[in-house]
Amino acid sequence: MPAIVETRGLTKVYGDGTEALKPLDLDIEEGEILALLGPNGAGKTTLISMLCGLVSPSGGHARVGGHDIITRYREARALIGLVPQEIALEPFQKVWDAVRFTRGLFGLRRDDAHIEEVLRTLSLWDKRRAKINELSGGMKRRVLIAKALSHNPRVLFLDEPTAGVDVDLRRDMWDMVADLRRDGVTIILTTHYIEEAEAIADRVGVINHGELLLLEQKQALMTRLGRKTLRIELRKPVEAVPGGLSGYDLELAEDGRSLSYHYDTQGEGTGITALLQDLSREGLALRDIHTRQSSLEEIFVDLVKGDDA
Amino acid sequence: MNWQAVGAIYRYEMARFFRTIAQSFLSPVLSTSLYFVVFGTAIGSRINEVEGVSYGAFIVPGLIMLSVMTQATTNASFGIYFPKFIGTVYELLSAPVNFFEIVLGYVGAAATKALLIGLVILATATLFVDLTVLHPGAMVAFLLLTCLSFALFGFIIGIWARNFEQLQLIPLLVVTPLVFLGGAFYSISMLPPGWQTVTYFNPVVYLISGFRWAFFGTSDVPVALSLLAIAGFLLMCLAVVWAIFRTGYRIKS
Repeated sequence: MPAIVETRGLTKVYGDGTEALKPLDLDIEEGEILALLGPNGAGKTTLISMLCGLVSPSGGHARVGGHDIITRYREARALIGLVPQEIALEPFQKVWDAVRFTRGLFGLRRDDAHIEEVLRTLSLWDKRRAKINELSGGMKRRVLIAKALSHNPRVLFLDEPTAGVDVDLRRDMWDMVADLRRDGVTIILTTHYIEEAEAIADRVGVINHGELLLLEQKQALMTRLGRKTLRIELRKPVEAVPGGLSGYDLELAEDGRSLSYHYDTQGEGTGITALLQDLSREGLALRDIHTRQSSLEEIFVDLVKGDDA
Repeated sequence: MNWQAVGAIYRYEMARFFRTIAQSFLSPVLSTSLYFVVFGTAIGSRINEVEGVSYGAFIVPGLIMLSVMTQATTNASFGIYFPKFIGTVYELLSAPVNFFEIVLGYVGAAATKALLIGLVILATATLFVDLTVLHPGAMVAFLLLTCLSFALFGFIIGIWARNFEQLQLIPLLVVTPLVFLGGAFYSISMLPPGWQTVTYFNPVVYLISGFRWAFFGTSDVPVALSLLAIAGFLLMCLAVVWAIFRTGYRIKS
């Protein structure tokens, strides 16, 4: 299946010489949820802005739904819905009119039933006659999403959708993303919140300094980079790691009641069997053992740190 | 052509106008009435007829032009500046619309508003003075061309402006003085010869003169020249708008 979004050497250099996005080749499959992680100023928003038409690329090409974003911008943009990072809404407009306006801008005929459905999904129906400036911040963000969905986009860009959003809205938004995905909508979201990427994304990309450092299936990424820790709780505390275990990378807790063993799940052998045998040989009685996998956040922090170094 | 988008922008802009209907209509009507009271009645009673027309009637075309030019300029400039200011311009840029459609929506709406205000002022004027329009077709043509070209002019200012001060600078410092000095309240022939020459460098003179000719059949400059002037101004604005479109000046990085 051809990618619904594809970039080839897409790059942005601003007037002052800042290389906001280094030449990027990226394929996004139809129907997938891609999370782009990266610190502020990493180039996430620049990438989205170019694909949506807000910023002109300095070089390279990009296609959405097979349409070049420059030469066939009408066809390309008609497929795209954009929820920007900043809340930008006309304060005196009514919610209903604001959403209808966007649908019109995208060249579609008035369809009250569709707009009603969108507003109901986003719990905005009761507020449809309210002016934007009468709404709370969270409600305004819902309006931005409703506008982006007003023209049935096939590709939805969510730029930091849950920054400063309350728990309710975040959960609603995740539900909405799940619904859209069922309808086959491709979703690209940028986020600071690793838990968000971990919870809803199929693939995760990490951008830093305008460069895509990594792009992988979330599960594969977590397995590949995921280091695990085996925590061994001892029945009786020990003063130091017994000499017979010096060959292992072990950490003794301060109270002497537990040992932590770090290992790589992708390694040839994890060394767990040998460790357990050696533990019993040393006469240590175990109370409990458990393992913990590092989260996407730790992976991310490691990557970005390594890149900055 | 994405006509749905043009319609959406046009309706949105008109809705803004009708939302503030009181200010939109009341202020031009009020200021026109004040002009009639001050100029027409108080001063006009001491002025003889100008070019065979009573002074009260003589100032009507100039008054309409004054309002139409400033309203078209400010409405169009504000119309496109506001989305830039509050950030909603992202929507215009990410929609499947081209610059021509955006211009058509904003400029069309601003020109319509100016036209409506012009007509309201004309109607108000008939309450104060007897008016007959000698060349109604020409009058409508001049009015439409003026609305359109000054709305385009305003659109350019709205794109150019980086803040509210710049937005108001041109209408306040350029348009209003040019209109006042463009023979809105007097005939150029009433000025000393030296000042007459200076006045001919004011483009607004040609617009007001032509518009007044459509009413009364008399003009300061030949009608053809007036038509040429407004057509030239219109073309100039179109050229600048085209350049903005080509370069994405101050709207797209």
